[in-house]
Amino acid sequence: MSIFVNKDTRLLVQGITGKEGEFHTLQCDAYGTNVVGGVTPGKAGQKVGDIPVFNTVSSAVKKTGANASMIFVPPAFAADAIMEAVDSEIEVIVCITEGVPVLDMMRVKNYLKGKKSRLIGPNCPGIITPGECKIGIMPAPIHKPGGPIGVISRSGTLTYEVVDQLTKKDIGQTTCIGIGGDPVNGTNFIDVMDAFQKDPETKGIVMVGEIGGTAEEEAAVFIKNNVTKPVIGFIAGLTAPPGRRMGHAGAIISGSSGTGQGKIAAMRENGIHVCENLGTLGELCVEVF
Amino acid sequence: MKIHEYQAKELFRKYNIPVPEGSVAFTPDEAAASAEKLGGYPVVVKAQIHAGGRGKGGGVKLAKSVDEVKKVASEIIGMTLVTRQTGPEGRLVGKVLVEQMVKIKREFYLSIVPDRATAKIVIMASQAGGMDIEEVAEETPEKIIKVFVDPLAGIQAYHCRELSFGLNLTSASGKKLITMVKNLYRLFIDYDCSLVEINPLGVTEDFAVIAFDAKVDIDSNAIYKHKDIQEYRDFGEEDPLELEASKFNLNYINLDGNIGNVVNGAGLAMATMDIIKQAGAEPANFLDVGGGATSEMVENAFRIILMDKKVKGILVNIFGGILRCDVFAQGVVQAAEKTDIDIPVVVRMEGTNVEEGRKILADSGLKLETAIDLKDAAKKIATLAA
Repeated sequence: MSIFVNKDTRLLVQGITGKEGEFHTLQCDAYGTNVVGGVTPGKAGQKVGDIPVFNTVSSAVKKTGANASMIFVPPAFAADAIMEAVDSEIEVIVCITEGVPVLDMMRVKNYLKGKKSRLIGPNCPGIITPGECKIGIMPAPIHKPGGPIGVISRSGTLTYEVVDQLTKKDIGQTTCIGIGGDPVNGTNFIDVMDAFQKDPETKGIVMVGEIGGTAEEEAAVFIKNNVTKPVIGFIAGLTAPPGRRMGHAGAIISGSSGTGQGKIAAMRENGIHVCENLGTLGELCVEVF
Repeated sequence: MKIHEYQAKELFRKYNIPVPEGSVAFTPDEAAASAEKLGGYPVVVKAQIHAGGRGKGGGVKLAKSVDEVKKVASEIIGMTLVTRQTGPEGRLVGKVLVEQMVKIKREFYLSIVPDRATAKIVIMASQAGGMDIEEVAEETPEKIIKVFVDPLAGIQAYHCRELSFGLNLTSASGKKLITMVKNLYRLFIDYDCSLVEINPLGVTEDFAVIAFDAKVDIDSNAIYKHKDIQEYRDFGEEDPLELEASKFNLNYINLDGNIGNVVNGAGLAMATMDIIKQAGAEPANFLDVGGGATSEMVENAFRIILMDKKVKGILVNIFGGILRCDVFAQGVVQAAEKTDIDIPVVVRMEGTNVEEGRKILADSGLKLETAIDLKDAAKKIATLAA
């Protein structure tokens, strides 16, 4: 078992003919993901590898039965691409694009309400169920299939770091998800925690947060009330100065909310095992799981 | 992106939001000319920097004659203004806004911000105008009125009624406030703002509603849509190293410490700063070279960090994903060829093409310390810092 994606997932790639889109499509395909088609307006009939390209999401879905989408379009077109996928009732939409304007994402977030689609990202590395399905830009070899640990993170490379430490300690993963570093995103910590709690194969969870916003604090309370599996938490950005945007648009501390210290305190209060030194995360996982 | 008060007020005029008459001046003589156009004294002379708290720092002064305008402007232009937002080093003032002085009967606070938690646009207002809103929020949160607008539906009449009744306005000034709020919302959406703030918003004896101050921040991700805002960028307000880094699309923030760091990915970069601190040193910067970094970008990253004379050592932490380790290593070698790297460098590298990357570094003859993992890197940095 796993969450959100598995060997039956049928993937469509929006922006498949761009440089990044093409490269990562072929990487996902080589990993074993069932990539059934791609979309680039005006390029229907072309192929990327042996994957057919369509003009629109609706025509691609009709032809291929795709139920997931990976988006690589430039930031100015990301909101449009997400809503196009939503209207075709794509179940899981993974938006890799970085730099989407906040107001665009706010419109998307409100548009998603009551719809069948789940959005992961934007500005994220994607989602992988090791050994079954990779949708995103993460380096595949660092993952170890078979579980029992689920990983959720707001960051890209920091997720790789965590997964790598798990694998090196011989701890496999059920599903690893990067929810993205933007202030407004689709899937949040709570959605994923809930799914991991319900997945029988996931026995423990690592959550990687960072400064800014209050998503980690809210997740901590949710975990206390709803999650019986052990959770290890890490927060990046304890040394960041207030008011400065640390690369991720969401990583900014304003006033007294969003601080790393506040998040760590909230995690502790709610029974989460806090990892204070990233270098020792793997060891803590061996100890807790 | 931040813009100046005088630029924000230009935008306000475009959206029919009343502001006091006035114009920007770069010299005392220009300030005098600006004041003379206003047709009456006293006038207000306001320092233009990208930071709040200017009044308390001595950056806002009244002048009762043209000679006084010159005198006050010559004091403010060229001063290093220290406010609670500039840090102790302060900010050099290059220009002033000279404005007509208008008598205010009541002062309010009004702002519009995106709320990340609800994905709604929040309009906030308070009768405690002229005060620091964060203080008001902490001490008397009941004095702040908040309305949440769905960006798909847009602002409705009832949102505005909530604000004007909440602020206890008379019907004359209430109507004017509603018009102002609607225009301000339009500006906020049209320009992809991340903040629009008026503090204080003044109501005059004859019930006019005027924006005495104006603060507008624009979403950096949306600047590409707004050519006029691109022209508002004030390079003088930016850190010289950060400005240099932005030319190469490097995500760099200059900090006070002594250990520089080169990292890919914002989350890992923040975690690396924390590791440096835990090792007993202080990070000299935040730097995310990004996923699509080329060897030229890496080379420039090194060059910029080495320009910072506080830096006594560099920690490189790369987890290759989209960015391949061999491309990164090539950039390090290029940087070393062009710039003399005369301080110790600890390299920790993992991920895509790591073997090729390590080989490039080993064959280069560069004196680099390699770390096998993060724990090891931290230990080596601690020795450097000691």
